Amino acid sequence: MTIERAGTAEAAGTVKRSVAIRFESVSFSYPATPVLEAASFHVHAGEFAALVGPNGAGKTTALRLILGLVEPESGRVTVLGRSPEEARDAIGYVPQHASYDPAFPISVSEVVRMGRLRSSTRRYGPEDERAVERALSLADVEALAGRPYSALSGGQRRRVLVARALAAEPELLILDEPTANMDAESEGRLFETLGELKGRATILIVTHDTGFVTSLTDAVFCVGEGGSGGRVVKHRAVPAVHAASVQYGGSALQVLHDTALPDNGCCPDDRDGYPERSAR
Amino acid sequence: MSGYVQALLDPSMPFVRNALVAGLLSAVLFGVLGAVVTVKRIAGLAGAIAHAVLGGIGLSLFLAAKGVLPGLPPIVGALVFALLAAAVIGFVSLRAKQREDTVINAIWAIGMSLGVLFIAKTPGYADPMSYLFGNILLVSGRDLALLAALDAVVLFLAWRYYPQIEASAFDEEFARVRGVPTDAVFVATLAVTAVAVVLLQTFVGIVMVIAMLTLPSGTAGFAARSLAAMMAGGAALSALFTVGGLAASWSLDLPAGAVVVVIAGAAFLAASAAVAVGARKRRGRRA
Repeated sequence: MTIERAGTAEAAGTVKRSVAIRFESVSFSYPATPVLEAASFHVHAGEFAALVGPNGAGKTTALRLILGLVEPESGRVTVLGRSPEEARDAIGYVPQHASYDPAFPISVSEVVRMGRLRSSTRRYGPEDERAVERALSLADVEALAGRPYSALSGGQRRRVLVARALAAEPELLILDEPTANMDAESEGRLFETLGELKGRATILIVTHDTGFVTSLTDAVFCVGEGGSGGRVVKHRAVPAVHAASVQYGGSALQVLHDTALPDNGCCPDDRDGYPERSAR
Repeated sequence: MSGYVQALLDPSMPFVRNALVAGLLSAVLFGVLGAVVTVKRIAGLAGAIAHAVLGGIGLSLFLAAKGVLPGLPPIVGALVFALLAAAVIGFVSLRAKQREDTVINAIWAIGMSLGVLFIAKTPGYADPMSYLFGNILLVSGRDLALLAALDAVVLFLAWRYYPQIEASAFDEEFARVRGVPTDAVFVATLAVTAVAVVLLQTFVGIVMVIAMLTLPSGTAGFAARSLAAMMAGGAALSALFTVGGLAASWSLDLPAGAVVVVIAGAAFLAASAAVAVGARKRRGRRA
């Protein structure tokens, strides 16, 4: 399958900027199932990017590669100029959390504090507590802080998971299907939060909705379109003209799947702009 | 009840006091470890480990009676089998998920069957019933020391790694992204559970140890607001069920382990019913 990079009309002529995520000829396959083949794309720092594609196309694999949960068979993934494992502390991740256990006894503030979790440290310091408070406020879930997580609606839970990701004060925020099973009010509040964050952090939304993306989007990358052969392609996206396309808490952009922008079209000679480290 | 209190104070019946101390020490494991087993939903895995233990007990009894390893205590074989079972289950769970259920059930069945076969071929009399259903009145001073040591280890691990344990159970993928070695947490949980099961089976027996690892913490979970509260509540309830069960079994001349488990089961069902009725009333008021 292939991933394509699509840019909005406005973002097509992007000036040279640091690169937050870079895939260089990345291949990955599950036994007997090739997923990504020589996929190359990059997301600039501060951009709001959408990774779209149908179910089973390889979006989750691309996501797991960015998070360092799996390693590519060939090629290189660089996140914030580092290997994905080294970049983890700077990544805020909002999973789908579909296998959530409603009987798990935990409060909203405890869930958000998990965003400050370290691999083996037990204590949370005053700075951690301040970051949790800021994240609760930014995601507009302060009023829910003392409530049991299981008592929330699906949309509220998703916003709490956004707050948990923001508690890490990330340079890169990744959201996996953020609007799945979400009510319109929560969806509106979520995109309001993301709008406030735009420009302060790189944001990557992964979604199976291939037709439209939020108008916050700067670049659209499509994974697994027919005939793309396991690569990622950048598409152009333009304001949707139909009133019915209003979604994601505002107006939407329509993804033009018949366009394919070259991966290096925006910055032919670019380097990541981050200090070189031992990136894979 | 007064008869039980008199027996507790009777210097000629130390086994009654040992049983009470064993019950209270076990309550810590049932509460703390039970909460982790419950929220991680690995009770089935713990059940397989518990039942595999009979194979180790049978092998120890057989080797000791045959003179191959004279004086080999059953707990040694039990520990070896429990840790082997935990290692296999851990490997299969992490690496070959598609056959997980089959392998776990196979370990469950093979462990028990080996135990029955070894015990059948052991010269002299060996009663598998006391291992299956426990006999708390046979608890020795060494058993108490081992239980106390394991309590200390489990309490320390739960305190030291609480955020990592909580995150691994709540959202394993997120915990991994935060750098928590979730596979190591899982394997360590299985290993500690294996050792605990070996020590706890002296109290309630192999068959019922899983009930005590899930019912008190499950009951506490209805009211708990955090995993730590679930651990504490589960331990308190286990202690309550244990003391009540021991007193009742003494007064009514019934097997102690079974009485404790029946009380724990009844409390869990009553709490479940109360929660269900409460939820229904709330829905009715909203409608």
